[in-house]
Amino acid sequence: MELAPERAARKPEALASGVPQRLGDRVFSGVAKGAGIGILVVLAGVAIFLLIEAWPAITAPAERIPGGEGLVDYIAPLAFGTVLAAVLAAIIAVPFAVAIALFVSHYAPRRIAAGLGYVIDLLAAVPSVVYGLWGVSVLAPASRDINAWLADHVGFLPFFEGPASVTGRTMLVAGLVLAVMILPIITAIAREVFAQTPRAHEEAALALGATRWEMVRMAVLPFGRSAVISGSMLGLGRALGETMAVTIILSVSGIVTFNLISSSNPSTIAANIALDFPESSGIAINALIASGLVLFAITLAVNMAARAVINRREKKEGR
Amino acid sequence: MSQPSADVRDANATDAPLQAPLGDAATSAPAEAPANVAKSIEARDLDIYYGGFHAVAGVSMTIRPNKVTALIGSSGCGKSTFLRSLNRMHELVKGAYVDGKVELDGRDIYAAGTDPVAVRRQIGMVFQQPNPFPTMSIYDNVAAGLRLNRRKIKKPELDEVVERALRGAHLWTEVKDRLDKPGSGLSGGQQQRLCIARATAVEPDVLLMDEPCSALDPIATVAIESLIAELKERFTIVIVTHNMQQAARASDYTAFFNIERSGDPGRLVEIDETQTIFSTPASPATEAYISGRFG
Ligand SMILES: Nc1ncnc2c1ncn2[C@@H]1O[C@H](COP(=O)(O)OP(=O)(O)OP(=O)(O)O)[C@@H](O)[C@H]1O
Ligand SMILES: [Mg+2]
Repeated sequence: MELAPERAARKPEALASGVPQRLGDRVFSGVAKGAGIGILVVLAGVAIFLLIEAWPAITAPAERIPGGEGLVDYIAPLAFGTVLAAVLAAIIAVPFAVAIALFVSHYAPRRIAAGLGYVIDLLAAVPSVVYGLWGVSVLAPASRDINAWLADHVGFLPFFEGPASVTGRTMLVAGLVLAVMILPIITAIAREVFAQTPRAHEEAALALGATRWEMVRMAVLPFGRSAVISGSMLGLGRALGETMAVTIILSVSGIVTFNLISSSNPSTIAANIALDFPESSGIAINALIASGLVLFAITLAVNMAARAVINRREKKEGR
Repeated sequence: MSQPSADVRDANATDAPLQAPLGDAATSAPAEAPANVAKSIEARDLDIYYGGFHAVAGVSMTIRPNKVTALIGSSGCGKSTFLRSLNRMHELVKGAYVDGKVELDGRDIYAAGTDPVAVRRQIGMVFQQPNPFPTMSIYDNVAAGLRLNRRKIKKPELDEVVERALRGAHLWTEVKDRLDKPGSGLSGGQQQRLCIARATAVEPDVLLMDEPCSALDPIATVAIESLIAELKERFTIVIVTHNMQQAARASDYTAFFNIERSGDPGRLVEIDETQTIFSTPASPATEAYISGRFG
């Protein structure tokens, strides 16, 4: 009680000047501000570098671009392949990630949960080149029969039109491998947030006579939804930029197709740069950098879309 | 205590009288009893544990149907623990278990093969902190339990039940124009009434309330108390409270819990009609507690 008047008297002053009172606060806010500005500077630097280096390709006549059809025709299939592989990976990975995260946070006995969480985290420590080798030497051969079956039975869907690849180095396998690669990050984020579901909301559901699964649907999933979205976007971003695994696995032919199981696939921007850069010179290098600029723009757009989705949800929920 | 505020009386006046509930309680009522006979609870030699810690010992009490039973006692004596053992919420804590019997109209809810989920559908609960589902609209909050109990409920019927539950909780007039807005946008007192509407919408037999007013201001408290007096027409109510006036005002029976030394389990000292407990309690410990002389 004695302290109250003094505190009341001091508070408005601190608020009015807007300046933190303590040294620690000042240092921290300075460091935070510096880091924030630093990141912006780096980002702008990268964008400017890409633009300058891409400029000769953007202004060059169409026939000088590799392929001879101009820059847009050069990059469009690559951009398509990039997005297709990443979206495929996200579609495969997100349900698994959510299921694993739920299992770890709400179903598994504590010891199993800890072990499983650790194993999933380890997936993130595997180098991507190893994933590529695994994909091409294990998954691809194993997928041949499945591809043939898909072509025979659900071939009416454009995704499984066939003819089924005999090597198995298909977009489907690339997507699967990418899915395994982005699984840890999505799982980690979802698990973290699911475990933070307020006890009060879980108990509210259970006291209404909800089963555990109903409780998860009423309390846990709504609470974790925006985290799952942002985690998925992060995973998507990683899949968009992933290079080695796709370079090793995919047999490419530069076409635009939704067919996931044939031997002619669109390449991705990152894999294409990795494959072609060593043998390119002159304007071809500028064209590759221009494709890098497009990848940069796509990734940025994905992240901004994720932000927008989360912000809208939060506003709608009045949080 | 202050008089009921104007808005409380308004809410009472504008809300339609309660209609008969849908539940099966109505059909099993004896001839001369009121239309809605709720169920009684009988605890027999109940011991409640948190792992190795013996929290509540040897409680036997009868909770009468269509009455309000208040649980009072000093902090840490096991009121919440006992309350949560009545609808099997206690066992959600890791390592927590119960020894003894709790009978809902003669049927042991702890009998082997009894599904705790089914028990909780019959015995609803309102918590100390209002806890509406933040991502759900007001409407969906009230409908949440119904959607669990009867998956294929039709929209017009659901509308009707939601309206009746909200009217029953004296909240209808305040929210009828914004049923699609999030429940977390209401005031604390409104949120607590929303939680009561949510718990009563499924027509449970018993309503357990753990200090439902402790996060509310006096006006919202009076609103909830007058609501409780109405709700006992349809439900058996057990309420934990630290507020002696509230126990005296709102309850028919009062149970006093006490803990002799710290580390000992809490015990039921006595249970009797509220009037008797507050005028001529059997135990000196009860007398000391209600008159504010602790220890
Ligand atoms: N989750 C838990 N794990 C272990 N012990 C617990 C747990 N919850 C409560 N206890 C213990 O059980 C005893 C009874 O607690 P309880 O919450 O039932 O008391 P209460 O009478 O409701 O108190 P209050 O009036 O403060 O709410 C206390 O000693 C408490 O420390
Ligand atoms: Mg308590």
